[in-house]
Amino acid sequence: MNFKEKFAGSMADRDEQKLELEPELNEALREFRLSVYAWSDAAYCRPRTALAASSRWLAGRLAIGWALACVLVVSVFSGGFWAHHQHEMRLTAARVAEHERLAAEQRRQQIRQEDEDLLAKVDSDVSREVPRAMEPLAQLMGEDESW
Amino acid sequence: MKIADVAVNLQPVRASTRVMAAGTVLDVMTMATAQKIAAEEFSAVVTKHRTQIFRFLLSSTRDIDLAETLTQECFLKAHRNWESFRGESSAMTWLMRIAINLQKDHWRNRRMQFWRKTQTNAVELDEASDWLPSGERSAEQQMLARERVGQVSKAVDGLSERQRTVFLLRYVEEQELSEIARATGLNEGTVKAHLSRALAKVRTELGGKR
Repeated sequence: MNFKEKFAGSMADRDEQKLELEPELNEALREFRLSVYAWSDAAYCRPRTALAASSRWLAGRLAIGWALACVLVVSVFSGGFWAHHQHEMRLTAARVAEHERLAAEQRRQQIRQEDEDLLAKVDSDVSREVPRAMEPLAQLMGEDESW
Repeated sequence: MKIADVAVNLQPVRASTRVMAAGTVLDVMTMATAQKIAAEEFSAVVTKHRTQIFRFLLSSTRDIDLAETLTQECFLKAHRNWESFRGESSAMTWLMRIAINLQKDHWRNRRMQFWRKTQTNAVELDEASDWLPSGERSAEQQMLARERVGQVSKAVDGLSERQRTVFLLRYVEEQELSEIARATGLNEGTVKAHLSRALAKVRTELGGKR
């Protein structure tokens, strides 16, 4: 038998000795056992309140569930409304921009037309009012266009 | 008789039924019978050991609701694994082992979820000592006994998880050391060492330092 085995054996012997109960400790442990038995029996046979507690808990959960559902519905609707509103605003802005673009184009066309009219008028006025000294030349131009 | 034995006994019957036209029906019937027997057997085990498992878990956790929950979980787990129970140890030892593991898991999870505070029916140590049966003792003797039980409870509360389990199995459930060793998965020497340390703490608490 080596030292390790001897040591283990002596430790086991010491544990054995410590497990022997003196009468006072034995009595205390017996009382402890009886109290645990009585407590356990009472707890085992007690009227169960779990149903009431769980129903209250369930009611609480139900209320929280409804509240969350309401918040969800409201947020979905308000989100939809907000998205729709944003879309409408974007459409209106696009419409206004298109309208302004058309008006500007129209204005530009009108100005261009006015300019052209003015130039034509000037051109015709200028061509009609030939200085007297140049009239023979103008007549020649009228007769012979190729010149 | 366990389901495994029933299955073994039914083997010849099953072999002969294979050649029968209605063999499949007979097979189903024998299986149903075996399942019925197993269910009855398990039901008897539950009836026999439920209070003991509950008592161990209650004394260990000191929480009635938790003890009830763990007891239910224990039998649920046992029911799921009933077919794998081979009777190498007693049903009580097997159930106790499941209960101890469930309790360990619970404490491990509880340490992880320290933030979670739940309202429980946890009973304080001194309240447990109120359940001491009065017997035929005088008021003074009852008071002294209650005080002693309170001291033992306090000492038990101060034990490590393993020491407490071993202590309760030995001195409340009155199990043999070999049974405790099988239930806890420790060897007998370790069980003795844990018991010895637990008893030393109880002695100290009772004022009988040796």
